[in-house]
Amino acid sequence: MSGGANVPVAEQAGNPRAGEHGALSCGKPLSFSRETRAELDRLLTRYPTKQAALLPALWLAQREWGWISREAVDHVASLLDLSSAFVWGVVTFYTMYNRAPVGKHLIQVCTSISCHLNGAEEVFHECKKRLGGLETGETSKDGKYTVIEVECLAQCDKAPAVMVNDDDYAVITKDNLDAFLKGLG
Amino acid sequence: MSGLDTIPPVLLARLGKADPRALDGYVADGGYASWKKVLAGAKTGEWTPAKLTDMVKASGLRGRGGAGFPCGLKWTFVPAKDKRGDKPVYLLCNADESEPGTFKDRLLIEQDPHQILEGMMLASFALEVKHAYVYIRGEMVHGAEILNAAVAEAHAKGFLGTDILGSGVDLTITIHRGAGAYICGEETALIESLEGKRGHPRIKPPFPAVSGVWGSPTVVNNVETLCCVKHIVDRGADWFKGVGRNEKNTGPKLYAVSGHVEKPGVYEAPIGIPWEQLLAMAGGVRGGRKLKAVIPGGSSAPILTAAEIAGIPMDFDGIAAAKSMFGSAAIIVMDETTDIPKAVTNIAKFYAHESCGQCTPCREGTPWLLKMLRRIVNGEGKKTDLDLLLQISNQMGNGMTICVFADAAIAPVISGITKFRGEFEAYIEKSKNKTFDQEAPGDLTNAIANRQAAGIHS
Repeated sequence: MSGGANVPVAEQAGNPRAGEHGALSCGKPLSFSRETRAELDRLLTRYPTKQAALLPALWLAQREWGWISREAVDHVASLLDLSSAFVWGVVTFYTMYNRAPVGKHLIQVCTSISCHLNGAEEVFHECKKRLGGLETGETSKDGKYTVIEVECLAQCDKAPAVMVNDDDYAVITKDNLDAFLKGLG
Repeated sequence: MSGLDTIPPVLLARLGKADPRALDGYVADGGYASWKKVLAGAKTGEWTPAKLTDMVKASGLRGRGGAGFPCGLKWTFVPAKDKRGDKPVYLLCNADESEPGTFKDRLLIEQDPHQILEGMMLASFALEVKHAYVYIRGEMVHGAEILNAAVAEAHAKGFLGTDILGSGVDLTITIHRGAGAYICGEETALIESLEGKRGHPRIKPPFPAVSGVWGSPTVVNNVETLCCVKHIVDRGADWFKGVGRNEKNTGPKLYAVSGHVEKPGVYEAPIGIPWEQLLAMAGGVRGGRKLKAVIPGGSSAPILTAAEIAGIPMDFDGIAAAKSMFGSAAIIVMDETTDIPKAVTNIAKFYAHESCGQCTPCREGTPWLLKMLRRIVNGEGKKTDLDLLLQISNQMGNGMTICVFADAAIAPVISGITKFRGEFEAYIEKSKNKTFDQEAPGDLTNAIANRQAAGIHS
C-alpha cells in the first residue's frame, strides 16, 4: 500500500503490511549487530547522501529483526541523521516493510488482473481457510503462517503467482494448494 | 525483405544457455565486445559520447518502459558539460517492473544480467556517467542478488571500476532495491525513492534530464531499452532500423502475453507484428475458446474488444490508432468466459491500492471507483452508477494530477463501461437497489451537476 489513507481501516486491521496508527513497540531498544553495521557502512559509500541509504537500511533492519518496530525506526533514524517521524513516513509508504511480526512463512498471494483471470481470489481464500481459517494478515497460532494479498508480482505467465518470503512460486491452484502448503513445512 | 520477417532472437538469444548469468559465458557469446570496442575507440577518438548518442538516435529506438519516448532524443536533453557545471550525470536503470501484466524485464534480469549491464555501460559512456544505479522492485529479491553478483563479476574482470581497460573511463554500478510501490516505476517517483523518500512523483519541469536525482542531470531508461542499446552498438543503427514495421516502430520487441492463452510467456518478435501472429505464438486462446477482449499494454491501457484488435500491428502507433496504448507490451488476453465488470473491478482495486496519495483527485477518486464497482458486482448497483463512474473518471484524469497515474486508473473503467456496458447493466438489472432514483438525497451525481451548473469544473 502506498499511501495508507486509501484502504479503509477495516481492511487494514490485522494486516502487518497495511499498518497500524504509529509504529508498534518491540519493548526494548535495538541496535544493529556489528556485521550489519559494517554492511550499512559499505552501503553508505554507494550514495552521495546518507538519506539515500534509507531503503537499504530498512531492509537490513527487517533482515535482522523480522519487522520494523518503533525501536528499529529510531535506530535507523539515528544512524542516518533523520527524524524518526520521517523514517516512519517512508516505512508506511512501501508495502514490503512488515509493521508487525509475521509468521515463518509469509505467504503473499497475487490477485492482480492476470492472476485474477486464472482464479487467484479463490486460491487466496482457500489458502487462508486451509490454514485453519486465518484472517488476512493474521499469523497462525504456531507462528508458522501469515497470508496476505499482494499486487502484481511480475509473474503473470505463472498465474496464479505466489511469493513465500523471498521465493517465487508458479501456478498455485486450488488443486495443488495442499501440496504447496505441505512443501513449505 | 520486410522488417516484420521472423528473425532469430536478439534480446532473448542467450535464454536456455547452461549458465546464462556467468560473465565468461556472456563473453564467449560475444558479450562485452561492444564495450571493449567503445573503450578502445575512446582513446583514439574513434568513439565519442556524441557518436554513440547519434547512433541510438538514428536507430529509432523508442523507450520500452511504457511511454515510447525516443531514447536518443531523451539523452540529448542532458545539458552539455559547460552548462551543467561540476554536477555529475546519473543513469538510472528502471527495473521497477510493476505494471500488471508485465514480466519481460524480470526474464532479462534473471536470465541475462550482463546484457543489461553492458547496455548500461554503453549508455553511461554516451551520457558521461560515472555512477549508474539499477532501481529494482523490492519483490525481485533474487533478481537483485543476480544483478549484484553480475556487477561484482564485472568489477573483478575489469569491465567496471576506474580507468576501465586502460581507457581512462570510470564507471560503477549500484543495485538499489525498492520496497513495494507501483508508482516508483514513474521516473520522478523512482528518483524520490532512490533519494530515500516516499515515492511521490515530482512536478515537471524541471525534467530529470536537467535536475533529477540529487539535483543532478539524470536519465532514466527501462531495462529492455538499455538491452537494445547494446545490440544497436553491436550491429549498427541501420540493422535496428531494418527490424520492425516502419521507421517509427523499430527493433526487436519483447511481448509479455498472459491471461487466457495456451502458452503464456515472453515472446520476442520484430516490433509491429500483427495481433494474430502474436496470439498464435502464445498458442492461441486457451481451450479453443473465443476471444472476448485484450488489454494490449498493461493494465493502464484501454481495453480493446476482439473486433477492435483484429489485424492491429502490435506497436506504439498501431495500438494508438486503435485508441489504446502499447505501454510495456503487456498483453492480457480475455476469453469469452471473462466477466468484464469483475475484471475492471479487479484493476480498480490495484489502482486504489497503489495511488501514492499526493493528489486529491487520484487519492480520493481511485477508492471511489473501486467502491462503486464493488457495489455493482456485489449486486447493489444503482442505475445511475455507470454514468457516475464515467463522470468521476473524467474528473480524475486529463491533467488534473501531477503524474499520469490517474489517467492509467480510469482507462480500464472508461473503456470497460463504454465497450461492455450491457454486462454492467445486467448486474444492475439484478440489483436490489436498481430502483433508487437519481434524486436520492446526498447522491454525488447531483452534487457534481450542481457544481457544474454553478460553473465549478474542478
